[in-house]
Amino acid sequence: MSQASIQASLDSPLSPAASGTADGALRSARRGGGAAHRAPLKAGSASPNGRKGAKAPGQSAWWALLFVGPTGIGLAIFYLWPALRTFYLSFTHTGAFGGSSWVGLENYQKLLSNPALGQALANTAIYTLISLLGIPLAMVVAALLNTKGLKGRGIYRTLYFLPVVTMPAAVAIVWRMIYNGDYGVLNQFLGLFGAHGTSWLTNPNTALVAIAVVGIWAGLGQNVVIFLAGLQGVPAEMLEAAELDGAGPVRRFIHMVIPMISPSVFFVSVMSIIGSLQVFDLVFVMMGQNNPAMPSVKTVVYLFYEAGFINHDQGTAAAIAFVLLILILVMTVLQFAMQKKWVHYE
Amino acid sequence: MSELASPPVPAVAAAAAAPSAGGRGQRTTSGREVSARRRQPWAVHAVLILGVVAMVFPFVWQLLTSFKNFAGATAIPVQWIPQPWDFSNFGKVFEAMPFGQMFVNSLLLTVARTAGQVVLCTMAGYAFARMHFPGRNVIFLLFLSVLMVPGQLFLLPQYEIMQSLGWLDTLKAIIVPGLFSAFGTFLMRQFFMSMPNELEEAARLDGANQWQVFWRVMLPLAKPGIIALTVFTVLWSWNDMLWPLIVTSDQAKMPLSVGLTQLVGLHMTNYPVLMAGSLLATIPMVVVFMFLQRQFIQGIAFSGSKG
Repeated sequence: MSQASIQASLDSPLSPAASGTADGALRSARRGGGAAHRAPLKAGSASPNGRKGAKAPGQSAWWALLFVGPTGIGLAIFYLWPALRTFYLSFTHTGAFGGSSWVGLENYQKLLSNPALGQALANTAIYTLISLLGIPLAMVVAALLNTKGLKGRGIYRTLYFLPVVTMPAAVAIVWRMIYNGDYGVLNQFLGLFGAHGTSWLTNPNTALVAIAVVGIWAGLGQNVVIFLAGLQGVPAEMLEAAELDGAGPVRRFIHMVIPMISPSVFFVSVMSIIGSLQVFDLVFVMMGQNNPAMPSVKTVVYLFYEAGFINHDQGTAAAIAFVLLILILVMTVLQFAMQKKWVHYE
Repeated sequence: MSELASPPVPAVAAAAAAPSAGGRGQRTTSGREVSARRRQPWAVHAVLILGVVAMVFPFVWQLLTSFKNFAGATAIPVQWIPQPWDFSNFGKVFEAMPFGQMFVNSLLLTVARTAGQVVLCTMAGYAFARMHFPGRNVIFLLFLSVLMVPGQLFLLPQYEIMQSLGWLDTLKAIIVPGLFSAFGTFLMRQFFMSMPNELEEAARLDGANQWQVFWRVMLPLAKPGIIALTVFTVLWSWNDMLWPLIVTSDQAKMPLSVGLTQLVGLHMTNYPVLMAGSLLATIPMVVVFMFLQRQFIQGIAFSGSKG
């Protein structure tokens, strides 16, 4: 929706509609199935674009094959088939010499009784919860950027967006240095206030939080841009009317602005959760090998990587991947179920 | 449930497809907010600048450290300005690993994936939006299912495929799966769905075939969608780490992202060298971003919104 709203705010006052519908697209995309299945039926009647082509359907099918074929074949080979194969692998055990045998549910049973999975799930959950704090933070920044008559908005936006275009591996390396316990600049800064830092990334109590803070820092700009686009669709007249009625800026923001941009908030939280549940790059590079705090930051994807590509235990890795899939599906379904309570589409 | 039916983003593409003449000027008029109209809201500036410091400081620190020597980087209290200026760190990055080759690899994989996705996703997206063919719904459903599944689910078999093709440690292995994108196809489909089809019909009446309609009429109109897809793919390709990490072990075949993980292994705490390396890996994308800010910000937001 954001380009929608950005563009709309540039060209026409259409953005509220745009954000509503585009989030609708997301909604149906995530729900997948039913929507897609029914789509063309309705397209024929409801949309002006869905009319039958002028050409005979037989000829059109050959063109369609030409247009869809390459992507279809590529996706089938590199994505669809691998997903099915991973499902199969999760029921097998790979021997030391590469042969594999069917073991039924054994991988899942072992996995569920393995405390490492519980720990990884807990770590991932904590990481996800902390990174959700980035959403209100982005809302505040976006609201400030949207202040009437603010000069330098473009420059601010650019600077807040900078980490979004930066390679996560590079981000991780820089923050490793900042967090260093002996001579890191963070601890020296805290020292100015008489506080004593720790070795943030090797201390099991702080490592996960430290990484999550970097995750928030790195993703803030993207969320700010999305919220800013949503905010620009909030009609000024309404806010001015509320102002005349004596509502202060904070009240107006909480009771009027947030409900009006709730589709953006919903979208950002769905994407943040999906992204956080899959965090890997930051953990991998910031922690490094032999870090004593590793057990307290290993996320589900890290566990998957370790099982599949370091220990070469494909069966376990495949089972972990399916646990992750279920986790993401459950979280997404829950969010869609809850959205009725707080997301307002026009 | 029927959002997909009626084009979900009519206003998007209608607004986006129209050449955006109004540009910056209008933004201030439509930007309105919470805080009252004063001359300049200095309190707001103060908070925003504080935030900017937090956002930019790591980059400044990275830059400064890359010119320090080891003693300077680990000095207590902190050394702000490098003393002495040490320019050898950048050379050390190239001594430690084939960094130039890694740069070329990153560039090649980014260009190849982006070109591939733009061509393939645009074609497939157009077909789903405008053509009628048997099994369209089922095929589209399969595309969507790829979109919804976490990427880790594909990695083990993708690796097996590369292994059996003998492609491990080649650029091909990194590039090829990234040529195909369910996300890109979905993005472009939504874009085409939202475009009016009078032009297409006019072209058909003039005797143009499907390819000509697509190539001459629709593609030029789809530019905003293509820009969004390009920005998204470029960023993802340049920064992508897990898949290249899995399929490469030869440094000469690695992209910069994986190269950086190697550099960390080699120079554990030699921060000046690490900062020089990470700076070199970051600069190209930052420079591109500076020149194409508008496209980046719109593209990210636009493509993100369809994810």
